[in-house]
Amino acid sequence: MSELSVKHLLGIKYLTEDDIQLIFETADHFKEVLSRPIKKVPSLRDVTIANIFFENSTRTKLSFELAQKRLSADVINFSAGQSSVKKGETLVDTVNNILAMKVDMVVMRHPNPGAGVFLSKHIEASIINAGDGAHEHPTQALLDAYSMREQLGDLSGKKVLIVGDILHSRVALSNIFLMQKLGAKVTVCGPKTLIPKYISSLGVDVEHDLDRALAQSDVANMLRIQNERLDQSYFPSTREYVMQYGLTDQRLSGLERIPLIMHPGPINRGVEITSSIADSEHSIILEQVANGVAIRMAVMYLLAGKQ
Amino acid sequence: MSSNLLLDSKSVGVILHRLANQLLETHLDFTNTVLIGLQPRGVYLAERLAKLLKDDYAVKDLRLGYLDITFFRDDFRRSEKPLSASKTKIDFLVENQKVVFIDDVLYTGRSIQSALSALQSFGRPSSVELMVLIDRRFSRHLPIQPNYRGRQVDAINEERVRVLWKEKDGEDAVYIENKNLK
Repeated sequence: MSELSVKHLLGIKYLTEDDIQLIFETADHFKEVLSRPIKKVPSLRDVTIANIFFENSTRTKLSFELAQKRLSADVINFSAGQSSVKKGETLVDTVNNILAMKVDMVVMRHPNPGAGVFLSKHIEASIINAGDGAHEHPTQALLDAYSMREQLGDLSGKKVLIVGDILHSRVALSNIFLMQKLGAKVTVCGPKTLIPKYISSLGVDVEHDLDRALAQSDVANMLRIQNERLDQSYFPSTREYVMQYGLTDQRLSGLERIPLIMHPGPINRGVEITSSIADSEHSIILEQVANGVAIRMAVMYLLAGKQ
Repeated sequence: MSSNLLLDSKSVGVILHRLANQLLETHLDFTNTVLIGLQPRGVYLAERLAKLLKDDYAVKDLRLGYLDITFFRDDFRRSEKPLSASKTKIDFLVENQKVVFIDDVLYTGRSIQSALSALQSFGRPSSVELMVLIDRRFSRHLPIQPNYRGRQVDAINEERVRVLWKEKDGEDAVYIENKNLK
């Protein structure tokens, strides 16, 4: 197979297993390209891509932009803060205006879940969802799974633990969908207030005791406490959160086998994970960032080929 | 579809020895020369030649790499489906080396143009030569000619040259096929 079954990347739930394997195989080739003295290929030199970010982002935006430049695409950037959105323009109007400039692909982050799906029904260009509210963040899940696969091989039967703020996390949801498609077993762990009630209907185990959960896991994906989304008090204090759900040296020292440590970033050092663990040999946080560029190159290359 | 045998296993064998000798004549001990097989079909010829040079002509430390040109092709957005890539493996420096590209068939020359662009990502070679098993003359779109050729053929555009290798297809042979003829 050399073609994706979808025209847009709106979420992991729309991808088939073949799509996922194709993205991984293509990313392998781009990873090799990124190890060359000159890390650029001319594949997308007649493709224009708009990065439209209605929400703040540092690493996702940088990673997409670098991937686009490595593929020789023309890139335009748009941040809602400095735009006519503040003057009351609607999403479709904003994007149509950008598309009138002959853009082939849109990478969009938006605070509302389903914004990408909505947009895909109104415009012709391929859309890549770079995060829509607490819904999905497909390229993050793909790079997470790709990084895990590099370390652990086939993920079928592997036990993946996702710790922290599951309620507000698009990374968690996309990861759950992807892990399940790849045959891994997912457990979520965090305070009751930060675990949505529907989560067990997705076939995910829920564990509130982090020590017990860690002992059974091959991977621990630590999520950030999203202070900007916490509109009420979900746990008594940061100190109490660290004591119960923070990944500390003391906690790891009690384990027979230390799982692979991951974090989608940005890290609140000393909250969900201590500095010493984040920088230890068990952590693949920086590999995740490096793989992010290869995965995003693969996704954009494959979607551009569909046009 | 008609299918005519152009080269049988014995003829392919004779040609491989001649090509190996021509390479030896120009490059002697291969100290500053590297062979690069073009993916996907050029690598079989490259591997055969490398084995022949090592086993029959005692060339030591021969360096052989594989170059995939998918991401450098000029027809990416013009083809029906996205092009699937193959593996690139060049674990030596090409800077100041004499590079010999090896491919099975030279047709329009566009693949070689892409390969030349792709090679730039690995450094600046002192020279680049081209070796092909089959040279389809009169069908070039670009001013590209081989330095070493196995056999020259005057196939017309509807015809397809198919090169088979024992390790991949079960026999060494070259056929000219025409879909329009029975």
